[in-house]
Amino acid sequence: MTKIYIPRDMAAIAMGAKRVVAAVQKEAASRGINIEIIRNGSRGMLWLEPLIEVETPAGRIGYGPVKPGDVGSLFDAGFLSGGAHPLGIGKVEEHPYFARQRRVTFQRCGVIDPVSCAEYIAHGGYKGLDRAFQIGPEATIAEIAASGLRGRGGAGFPTGVKWKTVADCPADKRYVVVNADEGDSGTFADRMIMEGDPFSLIEGMTICAFAIGSDKGYVYLRSEYPVVAEIFNESLAAAKAAGVLGKNIRGSNLSFDIELRIGAGAYVCGEETSLLESLEGKRGIVRAKPPLPAHAGLFGKPTVVNNVLSMATAPMILADGGAAYHALGMDRSRGTIPLQIAGNVKYAGLCEVPFGLTLDEIVNDIGGGTLSGRPVRAVQVGGPLGAYLPVSLFDTRFDYEAYVKVDSLIGHGGLVVFDDTVDMSWMARFGMEFCAIESCGKCTPCRIGSTRGVETIDKIRAGENAAANIELLKDLCNTMKFGSLCALGGFAPYPVESALRHFPEDFQKPALEAAAE
Amino acid sequence: MSAAAPWDAARAREIISAHLGLEGPALPILHALKKEFGYVPEAAVPQMADALNISRAEMHGVVTFYHDFNREPHGRHVLKICRAESCQSMGAEKMALDFLARLKLEWGKTTPDGSLTVEAVYCLGLCSHSPSAMYDGEPIGRVDGAMLDELAQEAKSA
Ligand SMILES: Cc1cc2nc3c(=O)[nH]c(=O)nc-3n(C[C@H](O)[C@H](O)[C@H](O)COP(=O)(O)O)c2cc1C
Ligand code: SF4
Ligand code: FES
Repeated sequence: MTKIYIPRDMAAIAMGAKRVVAAVQKEAASRGINIEIIRNGSRGMLWLEPLIEVETPAGRIGYGPVKPGDVGSLFDAGFLSGGAHPLGIGKVEEHPYFARQRRVTFQRCGVIDPVSCAEYIAHGGYKGLDRAFQIGPEATIAEIAASGLRGRGGAGFPTGVKWKTVADCPADKRYVVVNADEGDSGTFADRMIMEGDPFSLIEGMTICAFAIGSDKGYVYLRSEYPVVAEIFNESLAAAKAAGVLGKNIRGSNLSFDIELRIGAGAYVCGEETSLLESLEGKRGIVRAKPPLPAHAGLFGKPTVVNNVLSMATAPMILADGGAAYHALGMDRSRGTIPLQIAGNVKYAGLCEVPFGLTLDEIVNDIGGGTLSGRPVRAVQVGGPLGAYLPVSLFDTRFDYEAYVKVDSLIGHGGLVVFDDTVDMSWMARFGMEFCAIESCGKCTPCRIGSTRGVETIDKIRAGENAAANIELLKDLCNTMKFGSLCALGGFAPYPVESALRHFPEDFQKPALEAAAE
Repeated sequence: MSAAAPWDAARAREIISAHLGLEGPALPILHALKKEFGYVPEAAVPQMADALNISRAEMHGVVTFYHDFNREPHGRHVLKICRAESCQSMGAEKMALDFLARLKLEWGKTTPDGSLTVEAVYCLGLCSHSPSAMYDGEPIGRVDGAMLDELAQEAKSA
C-alpha cells in the first residue's frame, strides 16, 4: 500500500489540505487503488502547501502546491510511483531549500506522523530523556547550560540558568510551564512544531520536569491555534497510552503529567507573568518582578516558563550533548534558530539555520525577494515590538547582540517583508494602536502613551505641525521605554522609532497623500 | 457556531462544577460556557463567582479582560480577519476596510440579519499566506475581497 503524506499543518489546511485529502481519497477509491494517507506536519516550504509527498523506493517525492482540481492529473501522471507532473519538486529532502538548513529542533517536523509515539521513538525520540535518567538531574541541567541555549521566546535568557534557579529553590511543588502564546505577527514556529512534532515538546517538558523535580506541566496555547489544540491533545493521549507520560515514565520513578490550557485572545498573556496570572484564572495583568517566576511562579511555586522552541530543543541537546549544539552559531548566540520568513515574500516558510546569516541572505537568497516582484523596502524583525530595518542594514547578522546594536531585537525569529508600497508612518501608527489595544493597563506610559502616540502620528500624517509633533512622538517613545513595566510598553517604541529613523520621508508627506494605503 | 444552546442556568452550573477539580479553572470554564451558549452570559458571572469563591466584581474583571469572551451572542457565523503586520504587508487593511464598507459594518459588529459577525484578529500564524482569515474556526490563507464577499453570502444562506 502506497503511503501518501498530506500535511495537517494549519497553513496547509488554510490552503485547502482537507479538500485535497478528500479528493485523493475519492480518486483512489474510484480507481480501486489502496493508499494510506498520513497527516504529517509541514516541512517548512510553506509556499508549496499543500505539499503532497509520496513514499517511493527512491525516497519521498513531492508535489505542490496541490489544489483539489490537480488530483486527477496527479493520478494520471502516476504520482504514486513518483511520476513526472508540472507540480513535481522531485525528492523532497534534496530540495535546495534544505541545502543551507541545519535541522535540529525541526529534524522530524514534516517527516513523521506527529501523533505516533512509536514513530517519534523510531526517529530518535526519547534518547534525550533516557540519557537524562542515566546522568541525573544536575548533569542534565549542566548539559542544557553547556549548549548555550537561550530562550527562544524573545528575551534570550539562558535556559540552563533558569532551570538551575528553579531546581535550587526549596519547595514542595514545582511547575513546568510552556509558553505557546506565539502572538507575534510573522511567527509560526511554535505552531508548526506542535502540529508537526508535538512529542519533541512533550519529551522536552519531561526532561525539564526530571531536572527540576516537577510532577505537573502546563502548556498555555493561544486560542487562535485550534489545529494545534486538536493535534496536541491527541499526542498527550498517545503519550499516556505509550507510558511516556503519567506514572513511572519509561520505567523510572518519575511521574509527570501535562495539561493543555487555552488562552483567550490577549497578546499580553505571552508575557510570562501575565501568562501565569491567566493560568491561575485571573486577569492577565503583568506582575512586578521580583519575585521571579523561578522563585514564585504558578500558584506561588517555583516555575520554569519556557517558550515552545526552547523546550522542544532540550531532547536533542540531551541526546547529542550540549557541546554539539554549542558548536553551531556565532558569538553568544549558539545553536540554530528557526527563521520564519513571511509577509510580502516569494518563498515564505520556516528555515532552521545556525545563527549568523545576514538579513540579505535571509530575505533575498532564501526568501527570494518580494512576492509582488517590487523592491524590498523594509523588514520588521521580531514581531510587533521589533524594529523595521531598511535595505541599508541588510548586512546585519542574525544574532541577539548584533540586533541590539542596531536598536532592534530578534524576538521569536520572525521576519515580515514589505515592498516599496508600504507607508511607514501608517505602520508606526499601527504599532502604537496595537499597543493601545493589547496593553494590560497597569502602567500609564503604556496605557495612555500608546493612545497619545496614535493621535500624534495622525497629526503628523495630516501634516499638522509635523516637526513639533515628531519631537513630541520621540519624547513619548522615550517615556514609554523607560516607564513601562514589561516589554509591551517598553518595546512598542522600537517599530515607531525605527520607522522615524530609517524612513523619515514617510512622515513628511503633504496632508492630502496621507490616507491609509 | 450555529449550534449554540439557549441560556440554561442548570446547564451552566453543571459545566462550572465539572471543572472545579482543575487548578485555576476560570478560563477552562469560560471557554466551556462560550462553547455551549456561544457567549458568556451575564447570569453565569455570579454563578462562577460563587463556585470559585471570589467576588462578583473580580469575576466580572476576568471575563471582561479577555477579547475571546464575548458577552453578547455573535451572529450565526463569525469571520475573523487578520490585521497584523504580515497581513498588512499584503494589503489586508484596505481589503478588510473595503469589505466592511460593502457590508456597512464596523469591526466587531454583526450584520442586521444576524448572519455574520466580523472581528479583527492579530495574527493567525498564517503569515506565510497573508492575508489570512478564519471562518467559524476554519483557517483561510491568501484571502481576497471576492472570497470575503462569498463568505458573507454563504453566511446568509446557512
Ligand atoms: C508582551 C509580551 C509578549 C510575549 N509573548 C511571548 C510569546 O508569545 N511566547 C513566548 O514564548 N514568549 C513571549 N514573551 C516572552 C516571555 O515573557 C518569556 O520571556 C518567555 O516565555 C520565556 O521563555 P524562554 O526563556 O524560553 O524564551 C512575551 C513577552 C512580552 C513582554
Ligand atoms: S508595559 Fe503595558 S502591558 Fe506591560 S505591564 Fe505595563 S501596562 Fe501592562
Ligand atoms: S499577521 Fe496575519 S496571519 Fe500572521
